[in-house]
Amino acid sequence: MATVSVCQYHRGGFSFENCKRNALLEADINKLGFSSPAARKTGTTICGVVYKDGVVLGADTRATEGMVVADKNCSKIHYISPNVYCCGAGTAADTEMTTQIISSNLELHSLSTGRLPRVATANRMLKQMLFRYQGYIGAALVLGGVDCTGPHLYSIYPHGSTDKLPYVTMGSGSLAAMAVFEDRYRPNMEEEEAKRLVRDAIAAGIFNDLGSGSNIDLCVITKGKVDYLRPHDVANKKGVREDKIYGRPVTGNYRYKHGTTGVLAKTVTPLNLEVVEENVQTMDTS
Amino acid sequence: MSFPASVSTLNNYNDLYPDWTQREVSTGTTIMAVEFDGGVVMGADSRTTTGAYIANRVTDKLTPIHERIFCCRSGSAADTQAIADAVTYQLGFHSIELDEAPLVQTAASLFRDMCYRYREELMAGIIVAGWDPRRGGQVYTVPVGGMMTRQPVSVGGSGSSYIYGYVDSNYRPAMSKEECLKFTAEALTLAMERDGSSGGVVRLAVISEQGVERQVILGNQLPKFSTV
Repeated sequence: MATVSVCQYHRGGFSFENCKRNALLEADINKLGFSSPAARKTGTTICGVVYKDGVVLGADTRATEGMVVADKNCSKIHYISPNVYCCGAGTAADTEMTTQIISSNLELHSLSTGRLPRVATANRMLKQMLFRYQGYIGAALVLGGVDCTGPHLYSIYPHGSTDKLPYVTMGSGSLAAMAVFEDRYRPNMEEEEAKRLVRDAIAAGIFNDLGSGSNIDLCVITKGKVDYLRPHDVANKKGVREDKIYGRPVTGNYRYKHGTTGVLAKTVTPLNLEVVEENVQTMDTS
Repeated sequence: MSFPASVSTLNNYNDLYPDWTQREVSTGTTIMAVEFDGGVVMGADSRTTTGAYIANRVTDKLTPIHERIFCCRSGSAADTQAIADAVTYQLGFHSIELDEAPLVQTAASLFRDMCYRYREELMAGIIVAGWDPRRGGQVYTVPVGGMMTRQPVSVGGSGSSYIYGYVDSNYRPAMSKEECLKFTAEALTLAMERDGSSGGVVRLAVISEQGVERQVILGNQLPKFSTV
């Protein structure tokens, strides 16, 4: 930074002092041949749509650690308040903790005001926190809910910018999901049509993006009611191994019919053993 | 961020997560504001990009700061949204204390103070425009770095480079409201045509003593030029 400050008391907020050190360590580690630990990411396809009576949020359920699937059925739709839910993409720990912190603060706020919280309030709190951390909290969120002013949907980026839109997608599979939305979205859809649209958008992400997979979770939020459908659709059903062959179970069975293996030759060699010592110890049975 | 260019980012590049999932959201942008007798005309495109992906194709970059004061945002989406929210709060508070409508110059000064103080951390180019009873329609520009100056016509954003010639040759002082609207719409269309980071629809706003009138010109209704 250009200005040099002398004798400055420690202001509140995130301390970026270690970022430069971390960056240099990162470069050195690669030279030595080690690799820095990879944060577990939710590769992810998440999306949301505003329909006639409310909001439908959707998410896949795969969490990856590098190129390995760490969790085949993780829950990416997080609770914020009874009428507001939030899907999270990016670093799994960041989305989990950020949504929990804001959920907690929002509950306190709601008790203080005596009213059901608004989606715009949750949006403000999330964007101000993410901006404060200047993008180092890798949380890309789709926030949706219904409050006294109607249904609302926001997309929130890790650096703290937000967009208020009728349909949004986030995550590595967002391009595939957005393609489905741009083709079939209409304003004021019915609930079944909206659910089908979100399901198809997430499915597009699951089948066309390596970072997304497994099941499709849906969350339908309307005035006074929330349907948390987990799983709504199992897009990739795991096959079942053949259970029995010829009436006998296949797995773990090592009994084979006589004659399965043909005998070619038979040799018998007696082993002559000499008795060296015999010792009898009686047990005291009195 | 002033880290050496040779350092790899924390999330190493790999095909599983495409580049744009790690890029910051930027309003590539073309923004513009013109003064006329009785008010101002402001215009902006509607494209927000993360790398090569358009994150929002219908962005509203004309943000209300007060009843008759708006700002056009260009640069980092997060930075400009945060600055605009902070200035909106400060100006609202100031206006209540004053018990009268705030001056456009006051709003511009608040922007300037924040953009200059945090100039190393921020990437924000803002045009503040509005109407107040004391000085009528005014346009102030606060570019990256935190300078503040009043101009009769101002353009900003990545697409502005392409239209300086058009603006300088076609601007005349004392244009009417309709002429300003046409001038702004045409300038923005030309910029959107040439700049990859600008596009979508043209959003216009006219601020005067009567209030604010907002307009949208959709893609197929944009003025046509003979380049094709």
